[in-house]
Amino acid sequence: MPVGILTYVLKRLLLIIPTFLGVTLLTFVISHVVVANPVLAWAGEKSSPQTIAAIAAQYHLHDPLYLQYYYYMLGLFQGNWGISATTHLPVLSQVSNFFPATVELSVTALIISVLIGIPMGVLSALWNGRKLDIPIRALYSSGIASPPFLLALLFQLIFAYYFNLLPSAGRLDPAFPIPAHITGMYTVDSLLEGNWVVFVDAVRHLILPAITLAFLTFAIITRITRASMLETMDKDFVRTAKAKGLPSRTVTYKYVLRNALTSTVTVIGFAVQLLLSGAIVVETVFFWPGIGLYTTTATLSLDFPSIMAVTVVFTLVVVFTNLLTDLAYGALDPRVTYD
Amino acid sequence: MIDQPEQSQEQTSVFREDVRIFKDVVRRNILYPFGLFVVAAFLIYSAIFAVFPSIINYDPSYTNLLTILQPPSVAFPFGTDDLGRNLFLKVLNGIPIDAGISLSVVLLALVIGVLSGAMAGYFGGAIHQAIMGVTDIFLAFPGLVLAVAFAAALGPGTLNVIVALAVVWWPIYTRLARGETLTVKEQQYVLAARASGSSGVRIILSHIMPNVITPMIAYATADIGNVILLSAVLGYLGLGSQPPNVDLGRIVYDGQNYIRFAPWYSLLPGVVLFIIAISFAFVGDLLRDFLDPKMRV
Repeated sequence: MPVGILTYVLKRLLLIIPTFLGVTLLTFVISHVVVANPVLAWAGEKSSPQTIAAIAAQYHLHDPLYLQYYYYMLGLFQGNWGISATTHLPVLSQVSNFFPATVELSVTALIISVLIGIPMGVLSALWNGRKLDIPIRALYSSGIASPPFLLALLFQLIFAYYFNLLPSAGRLDPAFPIPAHITGMYTVDSLLEGNWVVFVDAVRHLILPAITLAFLTFAIITRITRASMLETMDKDFVRTAKAKGLPSRTVTYKYVLRNALTSTVTVIGFAVQLLLSGAIVVETVFFWPGIGLYTTTATLSLDFPSIMAVTVVFTLVVVFTNLLTDLAYGALDPRVTYD
Repeated sequence: MIDQPEQSQEQTSVFREDVRIFKDVVRRNILYPFGLFVVAAFLIYSAIFAVFPSIINYDPSYTNLLTILQPPSVAFPFGTDDLGRNLFLKVLNGIPIDAGISLSVVLLALVIGVLSGAMAGYFGGAIHQAIMGVTDIFLAFPGLVLAVAFAAALGPGTLNVIVALAVVWWPIYTRLARGETLTVKEQQYVLAARASGSSGVRIILSHIMPNVITPMIAYATADIGNVILLSAVLGYLGLGSQPPNVDLGRIVYDGQNYIRFAPWYSLLPGVVLFIIAISFAFVGDLLRDFLDPKMRV
């Protein structure tokens, strides 16, 4: 069996290569063919003629397209992802500086949405069509239909401005020193340092953006859990379990939930996609300095090297999450074979 | 030929049955008529506005320093913005832009998706590999991020947002159409058409498409709400329609600097977006119930 898993993992890793090539080909086409003026896009709109000439030479923008693609790929692999057109810093180092903040935010949001979403989905299915089911369905339907900025602005207004309960923006009060860079996640780093005051402040800053972001994904997790609970409840083995007199608690949790959760796991890959997209808006509203805020600033100033770098990074995260969810799916469901 | 009248009679009765089931489904949930009403109002209003833009007495170049950032009142149901303009009219002026973007995107995605999906599903082999390979690459991207990259490459503007979103949106439709085609392809009447020597293109156009398109249209209708939300985010990022005539996402973006003192500026256009999007979701549920074979037993 372990050998089977290993070959499966290897196969899936190999399959990432064509996806990666396709994805980078597409980002290349966007950044070298779709843009009206690639040289201006890479140099920045307000650059001097000298800078423009230097950038054109540096990125080989006057070469034939196939050569440009070769240099583009070479740059990607060598870690030379371009220089930001606004900050004039290497894009890759900027992205890796901002990345931990987004990981901190989206992992927290994912944990919240799973912890709330699965029990809600179970309750909603158990009460199918009655009492509790109705408010839960209303809640997740509104989560799905909410423009992400609406919720973010609303939470910011209520909890930060009106009631003054939580900070409205940033990751840490400027009065506190930034914890030493270990993981880049302030909550984790301050704990490792043993600095409780900073930890509490970092958590207070994290709450509002994380809850806003979680609301977007909690909706789909609840919906899928509810649907697959209802589907599993109709299965023959559940009827058999009930018929042989097992207590309904055992049937619900051991028989139904365990089987229903496999579908919930598959949707988590999609949830990560939603989290990343949502992070762009949520980080902007709460001025959370992660990749999302970086994307917005880059977009507003049409800083093209940064936009392309973010696109590649986001896509890689999604591709690897999908791989992980597929593996988890196999581990949870013994019927899934690796071949 | 003799069967003709009987057949048409049968069709009218099928239609009547459909109408009866539809009414039954609508009555089942209070949210369905609500959703239908909002969606119809949204579409009809936008269509009228497209032909007679003068029904809204809104001048984007108008400013009035005396009515800056007024809270909602009888005269200004949504309050006013930072230049003293009536936000209610500004929102009414923006809604048709959102309608235009979302309808165009869904229509483009539907056409591209049904054509490519039907080809992939029907022909199989190398054509299938090629089409689905490209589809998978597009699906590997987080939609919003790819749309942002495209919209940024094309430059801000309503038309460019439509192109950027359509580029991101068609692959889901290709997937769906391919799946539907694979089922339809095995039906007796397709086999009969093939046996009688019809060409592949003819079979796709006259036998497969009509059967694939019904469930696809149901999906597309509900999907308009998703596109409205996504295009609102692009508008919010400054990539959508540019002043003077702006979409709702852009109004939210313009208003967020005043969120503390004039929350209505950003929040009310956001609530309008929410109501439209959730109404499309209700209509989607309605259509799903309506097309559910269990309803026809």
